[in-house]
Amino acid sequence: MIGVLLARLSVIALLAFMTLPTVVVIVASFNPTAILSFPPEGLSLRWYVNALTYPQFQRAAVNSVLVTVASAVIALPFGTAAALALVRHPLRGRALWSALLLSPLVIPGVAAGLGFLIVAAKLGLLTSRWVLIVAHVALVLPFVIRSVAVSVANLDPALERAAASLGARPWRVFARVTLPLLRPGLFAGFLFALIVSVNEFVVSLFISTRVTEILPVAMFTYVVNYTDPTMAALSTLFIAATFIAVYAADRFVNLSRVFQIGEHR
Amino acid sequence: MGRGVVELSGVSKRYGAVTALDAVDLTVYEGELLSLLGPSGCGKTTTLNVIAGFAAPDTGRVVIDGSDVTGEPAWRRGLGVVFQSYALFPHMSVADNVAFGLRERGVGKAEVAERVREALALVRLPGVAGQRPDQLSGGMQQRVALARALVIRPRVLLLDEPLAALDRKLREGMRAELRDIQRSVGITTVFVTHDQHEALGLSGRVAVMNAGRIEQLGSPRDVYERPATPFVADFIGASSVIEGRAVDGETVELAGGARLRVALPQAPAPGRALRLLVRPERVELGTTGPNTLSARVVGAMYLGDHTEVRLELAGGQRLLATVRGNVALSADDVVTIHLAPDAFLDVS
Repeated sequence: MIGVLLARLSVIALLAFMTLPTVVVIVASFNPTAILSFPPEGLSLRWYVNALTYPQFQRAAVNSVLVTVASAVIALPFGTAAALALVRHPLRGRALWSALLLSPLVIPGVAAGLGFLIVAAKLGLLTSRWVLIVAHVALVLPFVIRSVAVSVANLDPALERAAASLGARPWRVFARVTLPLLRPGLFAGFLFALIVSVNEFVVSLFISTRVTEILPVAMFTYVVNYTDPTMAALSTLFIAATFIAVYAADRFVNLSRVFQIGEHR
Repeated sequence: MGRGVVELSGVSKRYGAVTALDAVDLTVYEGELLSLLGPSGCGKTTTLNVIAGFAAPDTGRVVIDGSDVTGEPAWRRGLGVVFQSYALFPHMSVADNVAFGLRERGVGKAEVAERVREALALVRLPGVAGQRPDQLSGGMQQRVALARALVIRPRVLLLDEPLAALDRKLREGMRAELRDIQRSVGITTVFVTHDQHEALGLSGRVAVMNAGRIEQLGSPRDVYERPATPFVADFIGASSVIEGRAVDGETVELAGGARLRVALPQAPAPGRALRLLVRPERVELGTTGPNTLSARVVGAMYLGDHTEVRLELAGGQRLLATVRGNVALSADDVVTIHLAPDAFLDVS
């Protein structure tokens, strides 16, 4: 009895711990005063107006959409090819390839950011949005590879052999059997890529200019200079947008299946 | 025997340090059903994969219908393959699964529909065309896989343990049905199995494989009654081996001193040590004849249609016997047994 009570309490405490910062930000965003304070002293939407009309945020939002969609779209085919190669083919030095492709997960963002900065400066590309896109492709690739690799590992090779024996050329086997059956992994990988890219900050900070910077970088710059609740309002919008996107994705496909939650393999 | 449809000559295949196939020669004749039988790892599935084009042999040639296809990819070989896991495409309906090979060949819409209907009728599965494979039972999925392989009118049908995933009752029904379908279509078939009953019951010829080699190739009666090697004798059917020494070409003295009259295909030289194989159904309990022995019952196991009796001879050698129906025997009973002179196989 006491054990159950303790378990419940610790779950509640954990949930509170995880959601409290979000709740604080959301509540603070409706604060009418210009000081980022908690608890709020009234209700107001003025910071939402400010956030949505601030030109630098508008520009950064467009940059974010461009960089995120471009990097996810580029990472998906490359990550899929890498996952197929790593799972299916007895590559020489498979462990090394795997470590290299998954290394963005463990390399500190500061180090990666500095590296991209030096290379981009050398190539004279620092003012281009492509630097951000290339960096984001590298950063989201591990997530795409891991998601697709799970689907590849679950794919019975006999299915592709069966298709081949029925007269399908290799690319037809890929288009009609392999790709359709990898769909859950492809979808999860794409979603992961979008989420990781849209939230990426540390690496992007190094390689952004005022013109190319994405939303998290713009938000950071704003916080450094101003302390009004505009940031809280923008963060709330950000949270809401992410929530709606994930909810929509969940309605579209069963996410817990896509992310392999509760599966045994 | 007819014309050779599939011919393997000198086919070897290694996986790392493991020799999966060791210079295998095999000819499959027009219209026959040939089984590749052996324990797991004997090379039977590798042989099938080499014929299908799923694995390239390291050495040797694969000839189908007189043309060398060793370097040809699977999709150009035009063979029908049925897999142990059925390998039905889960994202397609039954009809689309069966139609897959026809559409890859660019067959017209009306003909596809007609041939899919024929193929499903052939495997006696009307009315499931619109369903998904996972809505069907294992036996039905097996039939769909067979229909999908046959609808393209392949030169050869390759079956990789097609019955292994079915439960016993279903398996026996499917076995008979598979043979009927194979005969009615008249298609040259290679059947991979580890189950001797399947191999003996279905095939015109059986290739018994072990360690990447074909140990014996012959009719089911040949491999059962005249095993060429000790491995074949041991793998096919139950048997016991008794040891003795040849006194002359027709007489053998067992370790316990008893003498037996034997009729072996090749008379052994006097004085030679012999290992003789005896099938349990050739051990006759309670009858007498030229080779009457007395034996002690070690144990008896009632198995419904027959009883399995473990016996010990005077010299301590063990012998397995089967008796039809039930017999009232218990341990330490002493019985008289008779072994006909032609019941022995020399496996020394």
